[in-house]
Formats: sequence, structure tokens, C-alpha cells
Amino acid sequence: MKKKSLKIAVAVVTAACTVLPLFAGCSGTNSQKEVYVYNWGEYLDPDVLDEFTEETGIKVIYDEFETNEIMYPKVEAGAVAYDVICPSDYMIQKMIDNDLLQEINFDNVPNAKNIGDQYYESAKEFDPENKYAVPYCWGTVGILYNKTKVDEPIDSWSVLWDEKYKGEILMQNSVRDAFMVALKLQGHSMNSLDDAELEDAKNLLIEQKPLVQAYVVDQVRDKMIGNEAAIGVIYSGEAIYTQRENSDLEYVIPKEGTNVWIDCWVIPKNAPNKENAEAFINFICKPEIALKNFDFITYSTPNVAARELIEDEEIRNSSIAFPDLSNYQGLETFHYLGAEGDQKYAELWKQVKSE
Amino acid sequence: MKNNKFVQFLSVPYVLWAIAFIVIPLLMVFYYGLTDGNGKFTFDNVLAITQTVHYKSLYIALILALISTVICILLAYPLALILTSLKGKNEHLIVLIFILPMWMNFLLRTLAWQTLLENDGAINYVLSFLHLPTIHIINTPVAIVFGMIYNFLPFMILPLYNVIGKIDQNVLNAARDLGANYFQSLVKITLPLSVPGIISGITMVFVPSLTTFVVSEMLGGSKILLIGNVIEQEFTQNSNWHLGSGLSIVLMIFIVISMVITAIFDKDGEGNAL
Repeated sequence: MKKKSLKIAVAVVTAACTVLPLFAGCSGTNSQKEVYVYNWGEYLDPDVLDEFTEETGIKVIYDEFETNEIMYPKVEAGAVAYDVICPSDYMIQKMIDNDLLQEINFDNVPNAKNIGDQYYESAKEFDPENKYAVPYCWGTVGILYNKTKVDEPIDSWSVLWDEKYKGEILMQNSVRDAFMVALKLQGHSMNSLDDAELEDAKNLLIEQKPLVQAYVVDQVRDKMIGNEAAIGVIYSGEAIYTQRENSDLEYVIPKEGTNVWIDCWVIPKNAPNKENAEAFINFICKPEIALKNFDFITYSTPNVAARELIEDEEIRNSSIAFPDLSNYQGLETFHYLGAEGDQKYAELWKQVKSE
Repeated sequence: MKNNKFVQFLSVPYVLWAIAFIVIPLLMVFYYGLTDGNGKFTFDNVLAITQTVHYKSLYIALILALISTVICILLAYPLALILTSLKGKNEHLIVLIFILPMWMNFLLRTLAWQTLLENDGAINYVLSFLHLPTIHIINTPVAIVFGMIYNFLPFMILPLYNVIGKIDQNVLNAARDLGANYFQSLVKITLPLSVPGIISGITMVFVPSLTTFVVSEMLGGSKILLIGNVIEQEFTQNSNWHLGSGLSIVLMIFIVISMVITAIFDKDGEGNAL
């Protein structure tokens, strides 16, 4: 669940990508030597694609998306038939529910064994029999704060409601992430569909609004590096990168619990080159390749063999990249809430934003 | 122009382009806007504008667009007068300077302003270095209006420059001969003759200001929800294309109104500089 580059720029590129393959599709030969990959923006080392083509002779046609929600309707409509996609947990559940995915033939993906068992175990929340998804990246959502700008050690979401930090707080500009913070603070599940709980969470978010400097998605990273804000809600994968750039920054998983997310490779039902897709997933699961991607994007890899290859001991044992989740309470993974549930959240979020 | 076969042939690419990227998308907006999830005909998506969150965002968008349009006229009109009075002396160079930023991507320029206006940004750095009070407008409606004016000002300047430049000098000279001073000839001659330019400038500033979602997101910190943001979110976040299209139809009504006004006042298309 990640987004790095400029939201809008990516949207423009994605729009272009939507149109161009339509034309490309007309002239392209339907050979066996292509694979259409659809991934998050800046979520892979571009060199890896060249290496894959070099090793297998399969040409990669690579598109990027910015949110799960932008990806879904494109795959559903089937205008561009992708072979392999990298959505997040709850979206994989939605795709399975709506019969958009096909089972992966794990005989063709021997390197999938490099992924740690505990990640397959977590993936069972959305893929109960581990038939559809191979974990690619995982992480938590937490608070990134600037040590020079806060007085006390931070360990709770409640700091985001502290009047002291008025105008210094960056919130995530997406429904589920914003409600996750409010619901967790109140001790509820972040998958709650209870009207009273959600109403409370909404009021809490409205109450917080005057304190918030901005609702951002990708820019939280740059704004925190540039000392523009004191506290921000951020994905753990971004935290390592920001610390490299600004050593005053500290990342913490709040004590009330948070979202533990996993992004996985899946193969849609209408994939024209299923075997190439499996070859691609297999290649990505190679320890050296997974390490290369980890170095580039700094999002936690579930690839145990790759983690062992990390030379820098500090990173290998980093509590940000590889936290021991048994030390934390209230950890959850997002579930797909159904069309009605999504609608309910969207409605409440609009009310927060229009206040 | 003679309507011969060759001219018709030349128009083929344009017609194809217009069908593919204007007509078909518009029909799709109407289809989505007037149906529900099951494909049944409904007005609910259009009438959704009466919900508090929606009309509130439309109201704010109208107010901000109005403010930025008025400020654009006030800034652009004197400038257009100055540009036309240059007559040869560096005239084209100066016009070029105003057009030049438009060659750079709109998103990049807005992003640059975000960095410049930030509390810890370049402008405040210079101000505090000079021991002047710093500005804190980022993530407020002021920054949004600023962004609109900055981005859309050239669309006001150019039609005005075009129209004022075409005013017959003899008319102005006659006014002078008859004893009008500069101010009188400005109010009684130049201003009425430049109405087509003003109207076309207003449309070209007002419409993009009303519909923008990028400026409010980048400079407003997503704290102020304009109708453009609501529509964008229905498409990208909530996957509710029906509601998004329905609200787009409402917005189109406002755009059509301003186009009708333009057509009435600018019959000869004089103001169409771009």
C-alpha cells in the first residue's frame, strides 16, 4: 500500500497509459513473450525489469497505479488485460469476491518458498487458502515525528489531537487510513461497520480538522523531510527513507494498534500470458532481486532469504522495517467491507472534508 | 472559405478527434450520470447536489472562482492597455514573457508554488532573513485563490490584449479631437469596445477556476473541498462513477451558462485569442 511519486503526475501518466495500450494492442503480435505488469508507482527497481527480460526473453509492459481504487475499475472493465498486478490485502479480497483472480500454479513459482511462513499466514485473512496471492511488501502505518519539534516521547494516536501541535499535523488523505486512526484511538476495530462507532470516529476527525496542517498522501514524506510539519501519519516503508534524509525523524507504532498491510502479486482471470506472469512472480521472489527492490523502495520485504542478504545489520534488524509484531496490540489488516460499507465510509469522509 | 472536398478531407482528423475525445466521453458522462448501479434511469445522481456536502462545495467553488475572476480582470486590464501601448517597442518580447510560463506544465508550476508558499518555504526564508513578517497562507482559501489567479491570468490577458489591440486608432483620435481626456476615452471608447475580450476572458478564467481540483488539493492541503474535488474523489477513491458523473452534469450547467453569455456578447469571436 504505497504511493511515492506525485499523485497527480502519476494520474496523468496512468491516463495516458490507459489510452496508449489500446492502440498498442491493435498492432502487437500475440506472442508468448510478453507480460503486462500493473504495479504501484515507484514500487520496484526499474533495473529489475531489464534483468528479467535479459534472463527470460519476456518483454515487460509496465504500468503504474496510484491507489487500489484507481486500479480496480480498470481491471474490472478489462480494457487492458494485465497479467500480474500488485494490490493490497482488502482489495485482493474484493477481487477474489468478485471473481476477478485466478489461482497461481505454484509449481511455476518455486521461489515463492522464500517468502516467510508468517506472511502466508497473515495473507490467509484475505486469501484463506493461499491460492491467489504471493506477498511482495508489507508494513505498518504509524506516526513519524520530528524529535526537535515535540517535547515528549510519542506513543499514542492521541498526539494527533493535541492542541499544542496545531498546524503541525499531517493526516493521510484517504478514507480508510484516516478512519483507522480515529477508530483505533477509540479502541474499535478499523473494519467497524457499527454506525455509532463510525459516527464517533467522524466527529473525532472533524474535531481534529482545525489542528491539521494538510491532508496528504505522498507529500507527507517530503514535508517531514523538509521540517514543514512536526507529526505525520505515514507508511513504515516511507519512514526508513525519510530517516535517511533527515536524522531528526522518528517512527513509532502507536500503542492502540494500527494497520498491518500486505501487498501481493496476483494474476487476474483475464490474463493473456499466465505462464509469463508466473515467471515474473518467480523472478521477483529471487532473494537477490527482492533485496534489490528492498534497497530501492525501502518497503519491508517478506522475503526471508532476501532479508538475510541485507549487509547493514542496523537495517536487517530495524524495528521499523521488521518489527516484532508480537510486541504490539490491536494490529489488524483491512477487510473489504462490501459496496455498502465502502459507501458508508465515503459518505462520512466527505462530511469530514466539507466541514 | 470554400467548402470544397479538400477542406472536408482536412477536417477528418479533427472530426475523429472530437468524436473520440469529446463526444463519446460526454455521452458516457450523461449515461453514467443518469443511471444507477444497475443501469436503471434515475435523476438521483444529479439531484445529489442538494445534499449539504455537495452544494456547500459548489458554493465555495463559485465564490472562490468569482473572486479570482474579478482579481484577474483588475490585474489584466491595465496590463493589456500597457502591452498595446508599447507598439513595436519590445511588444512581442513582453507578450512572450507572459506566455512563457504557460509552456511549462501547469502541475509543476502549482507544485512549485506549494514549495514557495510553505511555512518553511523559500518566500518565508527570504522574508525572515530580511526581518520582515512571514506569510502563512498555504493550506488556506487565500492560497487557492492565489493559485487560480496565477495559473489563469494569461487566459484573461490574451483576449484583452487581442481586442484592445484591434481597436481602430482613428476612433480614439476622434475622441481626443473632440476634447475627451485619456480617462474619458478609456471609459467611453476602449472599455465598451473591449467587452468581447472581457467576456471571453471571464469565461476562460471562471470555468477552469470553478472546476479545478488540483489547485485546491495542492495549495489548499485538501482541507477545503471544492465541487471539483468531490467529483474527482467519487471517481478515484469511491469508485462511484454514477454520482461523479451526475455532479459533473450539474457543473456542466454552469459552464454552459457562461458559454451562452460569451456567445451573446462576443458574436464575432473577437476575444478568442487562443
